Amino acid sequence: MRWKTNTYSGWGRALTASGQLARPERQSQVTPTAPAIGNRRSYGDAALNSGGRAMDMTRLDRILEFDTRTGDIHVEAGCTIGDLARVLPTRGWLPRVMPGTGFATVGGCIAMDVHGKNHHHAGSFGGHVREITLLTPDGPRVIAPDDTSIWRATIGGLGQTGVIASARLSLMAVPGRTMKVHERRAENFDEHIAMLDASQATFCVGWVDAAATGASLGRGIVEEAETSGAEAKHRTKTRTIPFDAPGFALSAPMVRMFNTLYYRRVPADGQFVIRPIEDFFFPLDRVHDWNRLYGKTGFHQFQCVVPTNERYALRGMLGAIAEAGAASPLAVLKRMGPAESGHLSFAKEGFTLAVDFPNRGATPELIAHLIAQTIEANGRVYLAKDSLSTAAQARAMYTHLPEWAATVNDIDPERRLETDLTRRLALRTAI
Amino acid sequence: MKTWVILGATSAIARAFIRQEADTGAGFLLCGRDQNDMLVTAADARHRGAAAAEVCAIDMRDADSFAPVLARLQTISGTICCAVFVGSMPEQSEIDADPGLIPGVVIDSFTGPAQFLTALAPLMEEREAGEIVGVSSVAGDRGRLGNYVYGAAKAGFSTYLSGLRNRLGRKGIHVMTVKPGPVDTAMTWGSQLPFMATPDAVAKDIIAGLKSQRNTVYTKRLWLLVMTIIRLIPEPIFKKLSI
Ligand SMILES: Cc1cc2nc3c(=O)[nH]c(=O)nc-3n(C[C@H](O)[C@H](O)[C@H](O)COP(=O)(O)OP(=O)(O)OC[C@H]3O[C@@H](n4cnc5c(N)ncnc54)[C@H](O)[C@@H]3O)c2cc1C
Ligand SMILES: NC(=O)c1ccc[n+]([C@@H]2O[C@H](COP(=O)([O-])OP(=O)(O)OC[C@H]3O[C@@H](n4cnc5c(N)ncnc54)[C@H](OP(=O)(O)O)[C@@H]3O)[C@@H](O)[C@H]2O)c1
Repeated sequence: MRWKTNTYSGWGRALTASGQLARPERQSQVTPTAPAIGNRRSYGDAALNSGGRAMDMTRLDRILEFDTRTGDIHVEAGCTIGDLARVLPTRGWLPRVMPGTGFATVGGCIAMDVHGKNHHHAGSFGGHVREITLLTPDGPRVIAPDDTSIWRATIGGLGQTGVIASARLSLMAVPGRTMKVHERRAENFDEHIAMLDASQATFCVGWVDAAATGASLGRGIVEEAETSGAEAKHRTKTRTIPFDAPGFALSAPMVRMFNTLYYRRVPADGQFVIRPIEDFFFPLDRVHDWNRLYGKTGFHQFQCVVPTNERYALRGMLGAIAEAGAASPLAVLKRMGPAESGHLSFAKEGFTLAVDFPNRGATPELIAHLIAQTIEANGRVYLAKDSLSTAAQARAMYTHLPEWAATVNDIDPERRLETDLTRRLALRTAI
Repeated sequence: MKTWVILGATSAIARAFIRQEADTGAGFLLCGRDQNDMLVTAADARHRGAAAAEVCAIDMRDADSFAPVLARLQTISGTICCAVFVGSMPEQSEIDADPGLIPGVVIDSFTGPAQFLTALAPLMEEREAGEIVGVSSVAGDRGRLGNYVYGAAKAGFSTYLSGLRNRLGRKGIHVMTVKPGPVDTAMTWGSQLPFMATPDAVAKDIIAGLKSQRNTVYTKRLWLLVMTIIRLIPEPIFKKLSI
C-alpha cells in the first residue's frame, strides 16, 4: 500500500492539512498506525493529520452479513450511509439513524456518534451499533456495549481507540423507498420551538430563515415525516459545482432573497408531499461539491445543543446572527431526545441549532461569541463541525473528557491516532 | 441465468462492476489470488442481489490453476460470461533496471488472460451465448516513454480481443474491449494523472457498452479523441515527445 503526500481539508475547507494518505483496498492492508478517516464530511479538522499520516477507509465499503428477516447488518467501516439507504429499502430496511449527508461512512458515523432527524425518538447512531471490529494499536478486538469503558470511548470517540474495520448495526423496517412529508410554516422562534416540541412524528426537523429579523426572527419551515411505500413523482437530478464561486454568491442580500422565496415555497396552510428517501434525508447531496459555493476561503458551521430549559438562548443566538447578516441559507433547528452513548457524544436532550457561515471578515468572532453563549446556556458545540473552540471550552462542554482521555491514552500510548482536532483542543492531555 | 466469471476480482474496477451487475441478479465466479478479500466481495454481491457468488483461486502465472475454474464452469448451467480485470504495471523505471520483470507483466496483462479465454471459448461456443469483457488500456494504443512494456502487453491483449471477437461473433458471443484512461485505483494512487475516472464510472461505461453491443469502449469517452490524436502524430515527431 502506497502513501502519498497531499494537501487536504475538511468539508468546510477553512482548515487544511498537509500529510501522507493511504487508501487500503482490502482489509489485510489496514493497520492501526495512523488515524482512519472517512469521506471527510466533518467540517473542521477531525479528519486531518498535519505532518502525519491518515488512512482513507472509503474503499472498504462492503456488506459482510445481512439478515433480511431481523434487520441485522454487518458492514465494512467505509460503507456509506447513502449506499445503504439506496440498497436496503427494496429489502425492507433502512439505517436507524442517518445524518444529513449520505456521504458519511459508517466509521465516521460511529466516531462522531451522529444524530438524525429522529433523535428525539431513536437517539444517536451509537445506540444502534451492536458490535465493532476495532483494530487497536494493541491488536484487533471485537467490542460490544458491555465492554463499557472502551465502548464509550469509541462511540463518538473521534477514532482515537483504533481503526474501526467493521460494525454490526440494527436497522429499522421500512415499507418502501419514500417518505411522506408534512411541511408547515413557523412564523417566529416561539412558534417554531412549540411546533418542534409538540411534534409526534418519527422524523422532525426545522429549517430556519437565519436572515429574518424582528417579529419574524426564528421563522422557518417544520418538516415532519414518516417512512412510506407510496410512489414519489420524480427524483431530482444531481448536479456538480465545478469551480469555486465568487464572493457575492452568498452575500447577505442574496441570502435574504433566497430564504424568503424558500419560506414562501410552502403554502401558508402547509402541504403534504411524497419524497424519495434520499431527497428527504440528504437534500444537499443532490449538488455535488456544494462546499465550493463558499469560494476558496471556505466556510464554518456552528452547531450547538442546549438543554430544553435553556432553549431561549437559541433565540439570542439567532438574533446575533441575523444582526450580523452573516448566515447562509443553511440553518437547522431540531429537538433532541435523551441518550448519550459515548463519553464525547454531542447529542443531549434539548434543542440543537446549526448554521453555516462563509469564512469571511467577522465570522470567527461571531462564532466565538456563539460558543461562549452555548457554554453559558450549559450546552455544547459539535466537534464534527467545530474549528474555533479552545481547549478550555472543550473541557467546559465535554465533562466526561477525563474518562475518555484515560481510556484512549491507555489503548494508544504512543498517540499514533491523534488528529489536528485532538491536538487543537488538547483532548488527550490533562491541562 | 447469467454467470460472470471475473478474472482479477480484487481489482477496484472489478469490484465496482460486480456490485453493479449484482443488482441485476446475475451469478458470479470470482477468480483471483487473494481468497480472503474475494470472500468478502462475494458476500457483498450476494447481499446486493446476486443469485450466487463463489470464489476460486487463480494465478495468471500458473496455467495449471485454470483447470479447476474451467471444470467448475462446466457444471454451471445457463449463459457464461467472462470479464477480465487482471493486469500489472510496475514503474517503467523498475523494468528498465530489471528487464526480468517483463515476462511477468506480459503474462498478467496479456498471455495469461488470453490463454484462459482461449480455453474457455469452446464452452461458450457450445452454448452459443455470452459476453466477454476484456479490460485493456489506452496505454496499448501507442508505445510511450512512461509505460511501454505495460503498453505493449495491453496492445497485445487488445489485438487478441479483436481476433477473439472475430471468432466468437459468429456464434452469437459478443467480445468487448475496454480501454480506460487513468482510473482512481491502487495502480494510480499517488500519481498525478489527467482526466481520472472513478471505478464506478468505468463500471457504468462497461455495462452501458454491453447493452449497446459496442466493440471498443474508451472510458472516459474523451480518451477516444485524445488517443485518436495521439495515434495520428507522425512517428518522427512522436519519438521526440514525452507525453
Ligand atoms: C451536508 C452535511 C450534513 C450533515 N448532517 C449531519 C447530521 O444531520 N447529523 C450529524 O450528526 N452529523 C452531520 N454531519 C456531519 C457528518 O455526519 C460527520 O462529520 C461524520 O463523521 C462524517 O463522516 P465521514 O465518514 O465523512 O467521517 P470523517 O469526517 O472523514 O471523519 C470523522 C471522524 O471519524 C473518524 N473516523 C472515520 N472513519 C473511521 C474509522 N473507520 N475508524 C475509526 N475512526 C474513523 C475520523 O478519524 C474522524 O475523527 C453532516 C455533514 C455534512 C457535510
Ligand atoms: N488504474 C488505471 O489507471 C488503469 C488504466 C487502464 C487500465 N487499467 C486496467 O484495469 C485493470 C484493473 O486494474 P486496477 O486499476 O483495478 O488495479 P489493480 O487493483 O492493481 O488490479 C489488478 C488486478 O489484477 C490482478 N492480478 C495481477 N496479476 C495477477 C496474476 N498473476 N494472477 C491473478 N491476478 C492478477 C490483481 O490481483 P491481486 O489483488 O491478487 O494483486 C488485481 O485484481 C487492469 O487490467 C489494469 O491494467 C487500469
